Amino acid sequence: MPRRLLRRPVAPPTEAASCAACHGAFGEGLPAENYPRLAGLPAQYIKAQLSYFADGTRKNAIMAGMAKPLSPAQITILADYYASLPVTMPAPAASVAPDFVARGQQLAEFGDWKAGIPACFRCHAAGGVGVPPYFPPIAGQSAKYLADQITAWQTGTRQGDPQGLMHSVASRMTAVDTQAVTAYLAALKPAAAVLGDTQPVLTGGVQ
Amino acid sequence: MNALIKPLFKRGITPLAYAVLLGASAPLLAADAAPAVTQPSVIPAMAALNAALLTGATFTPPDPASIPKDEFGQVVQLGRNIMFETKKYAPEYVGNSLSCVNCHTDGGAMAGSAPLWGAWVSYPAYRAKNKKVNTYEERLQGCFRFSMNGKAPPLGSEVLVALQAYSYWLARGLPVDEKVAGRGYPNVPEPALAPDFVRGKAVYEAQCAICHAANGEGRVVNGAVVFPPLWGAQSFNWGAGMGSIANAAKFIYANMPYGQSYSLTPQQAWDVAYYMDGQERPQDPRYEGSVAATRAKYHDNKNSLYGTTVNGVLLGDTGAPKSFKGNKS
Repeated sequence: MPRRLLRRPVAPPTEAASCAACHGAFGEGLPAENYPRLAGLPAQYIKAQLSYFADGTRKNAIMAGMAKPLSPAQITILADYYASLPVTMPAPAASVAPDFVARGQQLAEFGDWKAGIPACFRCHAAGGVGVPPYFPPIAGQSAKYLADQITAWQTGTRQGDPQGLMHSVASRMTAVDTQAVTAYLAALKPAAAVLGDTQPVLTGGVQ
Repeated sequence: MNALIKPLFKRGITPLAYAVLLGASAPLLAADAAPAVTQPSVIPAMAALNAALLTGATFTPPDPASIPKDEFGQVVQLGRNIMFETKKYAPEYVGNSLSCVNCHTDGGAMAGSAPLWGAWVSYPAYRAKNKKVNTYEERLQGCFRFSMNGKAPPLGSEVLVALQAYSYWLARGLPVDEKVAGRGYPNVPEPALAPDFVRGKAVYEAQCAICHAANGEGRVVNGAVVFPPLWGAQSFNWGAGMGSIANAAKFIYANMPYGQSYSLTPQQAWDVAYYMDGQERPQDPRYEGSVAATRAKYHDNKNSLYGTTVNGVLLGDTGAPKSFKGNKS
């Protein structure tokens, strides 16, 4: 989707300048560098993650440095801003390797209850578009970002997931499960699922 | 008893069950599958893999990927689709936002979550609920009338044929035996204290509200139900099995929250079941003209709060049931 066809519904707050360097001018993320999309994530989820980065509940050296100086008011401004942006994909995601399609789709849609793994979509909604305020969109984030999160829940470097739900699930996933389901989710196009319903793409101006 | 084990017992896991968990079934434990980690304090000390764990079930239903592509398999697949998206595939019989899978984890394949294979080998059976021998098909009709707050599909209808075909397909190889391990929901130990609304509310807010929302209304995204409503107009009606506190406690203990089976204490399961079943919901379709008469005929037992006053509300006092016209298919 060419950037020039998009317009942000509201002007970015000054706080967003440092975010945009990595997460993009439209919050679309930069998969090649493993920076996730922020546009359209639930505000409450963004707020929680910024506070977790600041206090070490979610360990990430870059984001700790970014989040620690932010005041609660600034965190709210940023969260509301990125939540307000239409879901924007930086580029079409790579297609899923055929070997992974079946396992990835199975885990996403139905889970593997014998292994104690509920379907991703049971909590993150059909298509992985997320369920505000607690369950973020997982569709269309890069496979590497998603896989890193699953690993982080397994090892405990990411915490703060409500009731430990993601820790429970991630701890039961094999490396192959992780690879398959993250490839599958990355290839989904949440923009089509969400934009059409609630947040039409605004066209006609640069910015 | 070391520090790791203690929390398990505090959570009501019996030493025998614990031995089972760490012995023969050790790989089933979540912690075993994970690398050595510092776990967040909020993780339940004892979150079992799935509802099957404490049921003793040995039967493994077939993989859904092996549903044949032939004429029979297509009907089996329709049955499975109905389980997961009931309103989409059986719209004329569904009067609320629920789907079968909400109470039958894994689409009726999971032991300890009222698996269809367990029911299939248990019917025909006498049921106290309607005081007669019911066929399997009649039992399925009850789900639509009560749990789905809709209307019973006719005997022999496409929907019931598909659900029977799917049930049979799941159960192949299982001996006919109504005592098959894994059927229904596993027993939950009796609570030390009588189930309580206020304690149940606290459990609900800590463990359930994240998904089912503050007032039990569930959550909807893009018009599709993600988390089902637990009470109110879009939930099961007063005639449903889940309206029994005992049934609900068993289901919750073994199945909730997702991925954390048996993580609540039995007391918590009973309390939160009482809280859920102490809320208003659609009228019992067997309504006898008054709450008192309906309670006397259908709810006169300690597991139903219908017709009793809970939290200041006389439950079920909502007049005659609304007639269900059916959704367009």
